[in-house]
Amino acid sequence: MAEFLQFAFSGLTVGAVYALVALGFTLIYNASDVINFAQGEFVMLGGMATVFLSLAGVPVPLAALIAVAATTVVGLALYKLAIDPARGASAVTLIIITIGASIFLRGVASIVFDKRFHSLPHWFGDRPLTVAGASVLPQSLVVLAGALVIVVLLWAFFERTLFGKAVLATAANRVAAKLSGIDTGFVVGFSFAVSAAIGAVAGVLVTPITLTSFDVGTLLALKGFAAAMLGGMGHPVGAVVGGLVVGLLEAFGAGYISSQYKDAMAFIVILAVLFAMPNGLFGRTRIERV
Amino acid sequence: MSDVLLSVENLRSSYGRIEALHGVSLEVRRGEIVTLVGGNGAGKTTLMRAISGVQPVTAGLIRFKGEAIGRVDAHRRVALGIAQVPEGRQVFAPLSVADNLRLGAWSRKDEGVAADIEDIYRQFPVLREKRDLQAGGLSGGQQQMLALGRALMAKPELILLDEPSMGLAPILVEQIFEAIAGLKARGITVLLVEQNAMQALAIADRGYVIETGTITHSGEGRALLDDPKVRGAYLGV
Repeated sequence: MAEFLQFAFSGLTVGAVYALVALGFTLIYNASDVINFAQGEFVMLGGMATVFLSLAGVPVPLAALIAVAATTVVGLALYKLAIDPARGASAVTLIIITIGASIFLRGVASIVFDKRFHSLPHWFGDRPLTVAGASVLPQSLVVLAGALVIVVLLWAFFERTLFGKAVLATAANRVAAKLSGIDTGFVVGFSFAVSAAIGAVAGVLVTPITLTSFDVGTLLALKGFAAAMLGGMGHPVGAVVGGLVVGLLEAFGAGYISSQYKDAMAFIVILAVLFAMPNGLFGRTRIERV
Repeated sequence: MSDVLLSVENLRSSYGRIEALHGVSLEVRRGEIVTLVGGNGAGKTTLMRAISGVQPVTAGLIRFKGEAIGRVDAHRRVALGIAQVPEGRQVFAPLSVADNLRLGAWSRKDEGVAADIEDIYRQFPVLREKRDLQAGGLSGGQQQMLALGRALMAKPELILLDEPSMGLAPILVEQIFEAIAGLKARGITVLLVEQNAMQALAIADRGYVIETGTITHSGEGRALLDDPKVRGAYLGV
């Protein structure tokens, strides 16, 4: 039982990070039909920039803030410099552009930062708490709480603000949104910025546990993508559930089968979803009268 | 009545290499209902989309209140006073009826939005009943009312209506045409595209006939209705 709980805790922790990456995918996909494979690089940038700023003497909390802000600017720049100029290109073309951006960001990070692994201090110390025989790092709870706060903020934004509704309207019908006076280009740019910020926050939260380096983004993007597919692409609740499920599968797979298959779990999920339910868990076909 | 609100001069527009509008010119004066009739693929919808800015134009001029607006982004044209009810209604399906109406007023800065939503509900009581339901679940006629209400929420001076009666039961078509006549009474200028040419010309001050991307006839609504060539081609009599 203690073992089971142990796997569950570590699964939920990484799952929360996958959920945030999947949410980033979802936001951009809904606003623009683009699957942004540079999403994992946002997580890397958040962690790496915090590490190097704190090495330069900036207090960690301030370093984290600057890192998130800088990553948000990178997200906006990705939209302005790479996606917006290709306006009117097919979604596949845009997706390939994001893959290029991902490789580019990784390359720049390996030069600006370095190629080693780095960590950050745990927020509340690294002495594990014991819950029913399983040990939990306080930082794991920080990751889960942070993910929860982001989900609640996003929910409030979409449900309670008119700008949130305008983003949803753009996702539902871009032409009609323009005809209602909504600046859809701004909405898409905003989605890139928010996705980048969410990714960076995830990077800041999880780096004390999982460490970070210039190339952690690739696998994170693939696992977040698996999570988004499992939940149903474009479905925010699905993204969160999908992220947690992928994280749990990974932890249980590593614990009960073999840790060598840990990274394979995400790919098994992608294949299973494609074979069995291409719409994902929550992506039911919508009923719509015309 | 001779105050020109919208003028289109020699407008050309293409889909890839295929030109859909071969130099279309027309005029809409303030306070008028102008109807554009023509068969499928004649370029009616392309023209409407070009005026509202969601269809690229290759040549020609669009003037609104005397200003050339050809280079103005679509979303800014709404703020200038042009609202379009697109073909096939295009309501925001996953959003509630009330949110659809609120978003119609997106480009407005004034405080009167809530009162204007009340006004739309008075005009179309069924929308009040369904205000918290998803727009995608409304019937075709209700969606058409919502699409019209959403466009009206922008407080337009000119409203572009693309096939508002398409796919509706005759009793609803009646209601929609009454609502259009009501727009004129409220001082809103209307450019109407319709397959239902007989009824559309009957409520129009003037009309244009478009064939394969070119205007072929124009005149007063009544006169076009009585023109034997127009009758033969578009009214099925």
